[in-house]
Amino acid sequence: MEKTLFEKIWDNHVVFEEPGKPALLYIDCHLVHEVTSPQAFEGLRLSGRKVRRPELTLATVDHNVPTTDRSLPIVDPTSRLQVETLAQNCAEFEIPFYDLQSPQQGIVHVIGPELGVTQPGMTIVCGDSHTSTHGAFGSLAFGIGTSEVEHVLATQCLQQVSPATFRIEVDGSLSHGVTAKDLILYIIRTIGTDGATGSVVEYTGPTVRALSMEERMTVCNMSIEAGARAGMISPDEVTYSYVEGRPSAPKGQQFQEAVERWRKLPTDADAVFDRELRLEVSELPPQVSWGTSPGMVTDVDGNVPTLDSFADENARRAAERALEYMGLEPGTAMQEVQLDLVFIGSCTNSRIEDLRNAAKVVRGRSVASGVEALVVPGSQQIKKQAEAEGLDEIFRRAGFEWREAGCSMCLAMNPDTLSPGQRSASTSNRNFEGRQGRGGRTHLVSPEMAAAAAIKGRFVDIREWDY
Amino acid sequence: MEPFAEQKGVVAALDRVNVDTDQIIPKQFLKRIERTGFGQFLFFDWKFLADGSLNPDFELNREEFEGATILLAGANFGCGSSREHAPWSLLDYGFRVIIAPSFADIFFNNCFKNGMLPIRLPQAEVDRLFERVEGTRGYQLSIDLERQTITDGHGLILRFEVESFRRDALLRGLDDIGLTLQQEDKIEAFEARRRAAH
Ligand code: SF4
Repeated sequence: MEKTLFEKIWDNHVVFEEPGKPALLYIDCHLVHEVTSPQAFEGLRLSGRKVRRPELTLATVDHNVPTTDRSLPIVDPTSRLQVETLAQNCAEFEIPFYDLQSPQQGIVHVIGPELGVTQPGMTIVCGDSHTSTHGAFGSLAFGIGTSEVEHVLATQCLQQVSPATFRIEVDGSLSHGVTAKDLILYIIRTIGTDGATGSVVEYTGPTVRALSMEERMTVCNMSIEAGARAGMISPDEVTYSYVEGRPSAPKGQQFQEAVERWRKLPTDADAVFDRELRLEVSELPPQVSWGTSPGMVTDVDGNVPTLDSFADENARRAAERALEYMGLEPGTAMQEVQLDLVFIGSCTNSRIEDLRNAAKVVRGRSVASGVEALVVPGSQQIKKQAEAEGLDEIFRRAGFEWREAGCSMCLAMNPDTLSPGQRSASTSNRNFEGRQGRGGRTHLVSPEMAAAAAIKGRFVDIREWDY
Repeated sequence: MEPFAEQKGVVAALDRVNVDTDQIIPKQFLKRIERTGFGQFLFFDWKFLADGSLNPDFELNREEFEGATILLAGANFGCGSSREHAPWSLLDYGFRVIIAPSFADIFFNNCFKNGMLPIRLPQAEVDRLFERVEGTRGYQLSIDLERQTITDGHGLILRFEVESFRRDALLRGLDDIGLTLQQEDKIEAFEARRRAAH
């Protein structure tokens, strides 16, 4: 029978199945961070259980960590305790751990791929919804809650109900300056924040095939913002060459054998999906969010929507509330919206390619007066690479702050936050109320758009930028 | 986990769509390493004004919703982050049942892991319930999980769907990890097959 990528991976990992019950699925890789794990380890201790396969587990600290001087202790005592608790748990249960001082430390979804831990055909979980990022490699990767973290630690398995399959096929080449971020924002805008609930989305089509690994990760990362259980892309040569040579990737002959196995993964030509959607994106303008949900998105050359443009009563009320929170007048041109802060970072857009693209936009220019701007690389390795390429200098000279790796202002659990009423252009993934700080107003954009916005102090159409 | 017995209680109405887990429990409260005590932080940024006083406009601060055990909400409830702190805070606050037209997947699953019952009802039925909550002060519902019915003692009877394995686990208060560990021989066999294949 013809199968989808998802079905192949699923079938390869079912340990045990009974009709009418969830399957027991084997997990190849379990990523752990400080925020969603302490209660899981505590649960293990209380029940006297061990970690079944510590070597298939990998931990780092990212959500809470300061992005300033790492030689100083963490000021917030609760953050410090959470970070220390993870260190102790990893030591006690013998789990590989990249701590704050490690040159490999970074956002968990950035370092997995970077270390070559993320590979095609795997099942990958983490107590974090953006685990969907890893699906870019043709793996089945999804976020779980803390009870399930404990379950995976204890059993290396998860009880899972098989999701529906949803193919989103994208055609057309993206205009200059229009990126994978714009593509995924457009997809969420089109299908809605619950448009893919209950489904695993596979992104296919010429536009997706032409994306780099970094871009594919950006797309899969935000699948969760459309409600998807996971997002994935069938692996190809782009995938294999990205994985090759990374520390945890198979080597030599073993790598060749692995590639032979991976080549069998892509969705078969006649495989059937539960749902399909086709999009054409050659005319797609850069996207900007205007509201407090990642589906509240418009074109950069568009306007803040008017309330009578919403036919649905619930959507209209949600928009009204969002506009009030965002402090925006209906009908305002997006390019007139003035900004206070620009954040380039997060597991959506903090990889080396993102920083290179943003640096191109910034090169030789200066951040608008009154605007704060910061760049937070996704990992210490990316930071090092960027510094080797002189990107840090380009940013610094323009007036950006150049920080240490972590989640930072994506969710503002560390000291990097917006003040009430401050407005940001952010390359992160969520514009929820208060996400970047209580009362803060977030607009989601691509790294290029964020960079240009920092220079102008307002949104600009990056297609008209000279870079 | 405590078995889920029949629930009868006051219904609190939160007529908003896309209520995300960042609202349910803002990030500053995720730094705790305990599993309990999150109820005081539920909907913190909506519940309290910046000066720390109660926000009189926030739905759950309405006096008649005090002691509510059933939450009625709009579509796509619990979207966003996987934080299990969201169901922990709802449970700790007193909610055992959440009724909405739809839920985000991870949140939905997390509820069951904590002995809570998220119930999906068609939008029209949810709208009807919103009207009844508005019309009757202290409006109560009874949830019978065994028979999968919702009744209000005034003639309203709604049926709801729940996957049978989830219902059984809730009714019996099963420990998932314990159940999986009973399959340990199968997990070992799977690992052995894997090793042989690679
Ligand atoms: S960068 Fe943001 S979305 Fe990504 S893992 Fe960190 S907090 Fe979550």
